[in-house]
Amino acid sequence: MNLVTVLPIVIPLVTAIVSLFAWRSLRVQRWISLAGAAGLLGSAVALLVAVRAGGIQATQIGDWPAPYGITFVADHLTATMVLLAGIIGMAVVPYSCASVDREQEEAAYHPLLHVLLMGVCGAFLTGDLFNLYVWFEVMLISSFVLMGLGGRRPQLEGALKYVALNLIASFIFLVSVGLLYAAVGTLNMADLATRVPDLDRGIATSLAMSFLVAFGVKAAVFPLFFWLPASYHTQPAAVAAIFAGLLTKVGVYAMFRVFTLVFVLRDVGATQTLLLVLSMLTMVTGVLGAVAQNELRRLLSFHIISQIGYMVVALALFTPLSIAAGVFFVAHNTLAKSTLFLVSGVVERRRGTYDLDRLGGTYRESPWLALLFALPALALAGIPPLSGFVAKLEIVQAGLEADAYIAVATALAVSLLTLFSMSKIWNAVFWQPPPASEPPPRRPPAGERWLMECPTAVMAAFTVVVGLAAGPLFGWTQAAADELLGPFGPSGYVERVLGEQR
Amino acid sequence: MNLILPFVVGALVAAGLYMMMRRSSIKLLIGFALLSHGANLLVFSAGGLVRGGAPLIEQGESLPPAAHADPLPQALVLTAMVISFGVLAFAIALVLRTYRETKTDDVDKMTTTER
Amino acid sequence: MKSLILQTATRYLFPLLVLYSVFLLVRGHHEPGGGFIGGLMAAAPIALCALAYDVDVARNLLPLRPIRLLALGLATAAGVSIGALFMGRPLLTGSWVELPMPGGGVLDLGTPLLFDLGIYLVVLGVVTQIIFSLATKSPLHWERDES
Repeated sequence: MNLVTVLPIVIPLVTAIVSLFAWRSLRVQRWISLAGAAGLLGSAVALLVAVRAGGIQATQIGDWPAPYGITFVADHLTATMVLLAGIIGMAVVPYSCASVDREQEEAAYHPLLHVLLMGVCGAFLTGDLFNLYVWFEVMLISSFVLMGLGGRRPQLEGALKYVALNLIASFIFLVSVGLLYAAVGTLNMADLATRVPDLDRGIATSLAMSFLVAFGVKAAVFPLFFWLPASYHTQPAAVAAIFAGLLTKVGVYAMFRVFTLVFVLRDVGATQTLLLVLSMLTMVTGVLGAVAQNELRRLLSFHIISQIGYMVVALALFTPLSIAAGVFFVAHNTLAKSTLFLVSGVVERRRGTYDLDRLGGTYRESPWLALLFALPALALAGIPPLSGFVAKLEIVQAGLEADAYIAVATALAVSLLTLFSMSKIWNAVFWQPPPASEPPPRRPPAGERWLMECPTAVMAAFTVVVGLAAGPLFGWTQAAADELLGPFGPSGYVERVLGEQR
Repeated sequence: MNLILPFVVGALVAAGLYMMMRRSSIKLLIGFALLSHGANLLVFSAGGLVRGGAPLIEQGESLPPAAHADPLPQALVLTAMVISFGVLAFAIALVLRTYRETKTDDVDKMTTTER
Repeated sequence: MKSLILQTATRYLFPLLVLYSVFLLVRGHHEPGGGFIGGLMAAAPIALCALAYDVDVARNLLPLRPIRLLALGLATAAGVSIGALFMGRPLLTGSWVELPMPGGGVLDLGTPLLFDLGIYLVVLGVVTQIIFSLATKSPLHWERDES
């Protein structure tokens, strides 16, 4: 029995239910939602403390012993991801109170947001592949509804594309799970880790490839990313921030988990090489797409894809150092990316547009806002001492150690292009004078400014803090990498899950 | 039965994918329905087919009867069916709403998100 | 569409279908059946009424708005599963009591039945919500509660 491993799921669930009961009062719903987000953040911190103190935590749901029941497991990687989900949730809830259309917010926005957070945390915590599928679906269904809520033409069209592509990915995931069960006879990840090595190499490789496709769509890896820039930018900034920060990272997390625990990447044929090539292509196409865009959020959406490439390259290098760097990069990117989307929402509230040609002069109007943009933007490009610098430095170092010089060169070149496209936003939104035809900017009321800019500022501050405290934080991600890929492999995880009833 | 099922799964998936690749959004829905049936059937057959052997342990025994059906794939299929039911219901509502908003069911004409 | 045959048949089928849905719910205790299929079966007569009469008639047949049924069901199911935590056991662990029955038998009553009841309400709520919103002008537009 281990309370901390289930609280990150129970708290959002209870929040969603209670706020459904407060259906008629938006005010009450907002307070419940805020309390729920704070609770989630608290439980994430508690989980982290427990993992730091006592190693991997596991609990058997329904008291059914593993591998027959569903196990919830938390190691360093899980705890980090849950903490990120908690931070994003805490930032987005107050932000959305001020920025989401009232009509949309009344249409079950807050319950759905917490169901989404529950799905995300469930996917991070579960130790069972089929259960992972279920959490993916929980997350997807709530994200579908959140996307469709706006009900205007671009949102509906974006939602339709998002739904169609993700349904195909879910189908591939489900089929892979079924075939894996037929081949091995278990779906508990720890149990799989002990049994997959005995599997025929050909079967193992083809199964690993089909999981790669399924997670590749969710994580928006080249060439499976088309749904992302077609749908993310149609959302209200708050929703886009949570999608950009968390949803694709769940796909990345699933890759990290499955390819270190179930199919050890270097053992399944050409998958590692394929992943390495795909990750480089992801970086390049993402950033080239971004450079070509002229709409603020579409540009940022393409950047998500490019950054996913860095995380996947870290996984594909498959050394303890690169995995640690990858986990660090995921953390840095989740924070920086969400912040950028939050800033884009603040800009839109003032100007009423996301079109780069129609924006301008924001620096003169609000230097403070310019700073909030500059911090995560420079962090994304990898300028010291911000968080992205350390993340990229470690990935480059891991690449050099693994003699993957092409990957290192690609990563560095893409960094340069990232800086270029960020400076494009900077020029267009902050420095250039606004076109004369544009109406004067709206001055948002003080309450709205507080609700929107405080969470954004805290998130922006994180990019500095993560950069400055990189030493201890990197030690922590190294602990995560050791659990995944340490000298004893995943045996700690396996023992913790299966050992209890032995 | 063990020989027929793969063909049925293959036919369902092929038909589903064909429908999904048409331009009409209604056909997308039909395709998705067929596709999820195919996936469910595949997971169902993953445990191997056993006729008439319920995986119940008789009183006084410690093991289920020798030829028993594997209950886990059936539980998985039930869950997957519930999920695909929910997703399909939502997708129908979404397609209907999109149709009323855009006055077309041709996916190729839904291009406002590409600009 | 107003068909006298369908309307008359609905009047007779309605109680039967509701009863059958309850039967399925309780049967799920030990045999095939349960909350999900029971809830679907409970939504069937509502859908039938929406077809035979109109959506408003069907809406008034429900004791609560769909969204409230959904909330109530979720609360029941979640309450049962979280309740296990307070008894010091993992999430979703079932608890059972054995009640001796007047005929000499023993009735096993467990929290899974309560959990199923929650699922029954959730499914009923979701399905009727979907039916009503598909029947109205703008699906996906959640109806605001006016009750």
